[in-house]
Amino acid sequence: MIALLSQPWPWYVSGAVIALVMVLLLFFGKSFGFSSNLRTICAACGAGRHVKFFDFDWRAQIWNLLFLVGAILGGFISAEFLTSNEAVQISQATVQDLRALGISAPDDLQPEEIFGLEALLTVKGFLVLLLGGFAIGFGTRYAGGCTSGHAISGLSNLQLPSLIAVIGFFIGGLITTFVLLPLIF
Amino acid sequence: MKSLKFILAGILFGIVMSKSEAISWFRIQEMFRFQSFHMYGIIGTAVLLGTVVTYLIKKYKLRDFQGNPILFTPKEMSVPRYLVGGTIFGLGWALTGACPGPMFVNIGHSYWAILVAIGGALAGTYVYGVVRDRLPH
Repeated sequence: MIALLSQPWPWYVSGAVIALVMVLLLFFGKSFGFSSNLRTICAACGAGRHVKFFDFDWRAQIWNLLFLVGAILGGFISAEFLTSNEAVQISQATVQDLRALGISAPDDLQPEEIFGLEALLTVKGFLVLLLGGFAIGFGTRYAGGCTSGHAISGLSNLQLPSLIAVIGFFIGGLITTFVLLPLIF
Repeated sequence: MKSLKFILAGILFGIVMSKSEAISWFRIQEMFRFQSFHMYGIIGTAVLLGTVVTYLIKKYKLRDFQGNPILFTPKEMSVPRYLVGGTIFGLGWALTGACPGPMFVNIGHSYWAILVAIGGALAGTYVYGVVRDRLPH
């Protein structure tokens, strides 16, 4: 059983489990949307004293922070007990495209060139993660949700605004992939 | 138990994000290059099943564990907000290979560099809060 769970899961199993997580939260009386946590953390750190947007009862959102803690634990459990130590099996075409950028084929989940300590300690490497993160935080709040809130919950509820947001996700993603990455790397 | 169920749901989410490899920068790159069906399959399956369940919840007016009706609030319509906000998010998603959930799952995998991205995301959220009133919504 553990051996089976330790393999990378096929897309249809993964998609079904994500839908299950969303449904569980609905039956817990909540809705699936991860990025609200970023706002909650800002509020919990006292940002509400200076900015109205963070002046709300963040304690009502503690359930979502617990979900966040669970997500970290889930990552830890996967890394410690459910790992097959296999490199991510991405397509050969992607491997070649990335090699042209100077990023070597996967031997783990993340590329050393971005997540390794050596990359992190360069100005470029640090800024890639910091500014990438900044765009994520700013963009999700502006768009009112991220992949879980819009692409999963919103599309499941046939919300046109979510579809527009997802189209935006792809416009941004394609700009980074085909314009910014070749400039950066 | 009240809190535990959210932690357990989070654990399930962290495991599925890991084992589906959706937390991998490589998989996100592969998706934006349209070179594999994997990520589309994951999101597609989740949305398809999610749509069916959402429909059934509404049709049969199902209630949550505490007996309260499960309600879905329609999102307010706006094009600039979702299109511009979404595009900015997409820029960061493809750069770091992580959306807000997977960012935290990566901590569990000891990819400590992701803490820089999380710091950036909190800063981005804060700045949004500051300039919010000056943006078209």
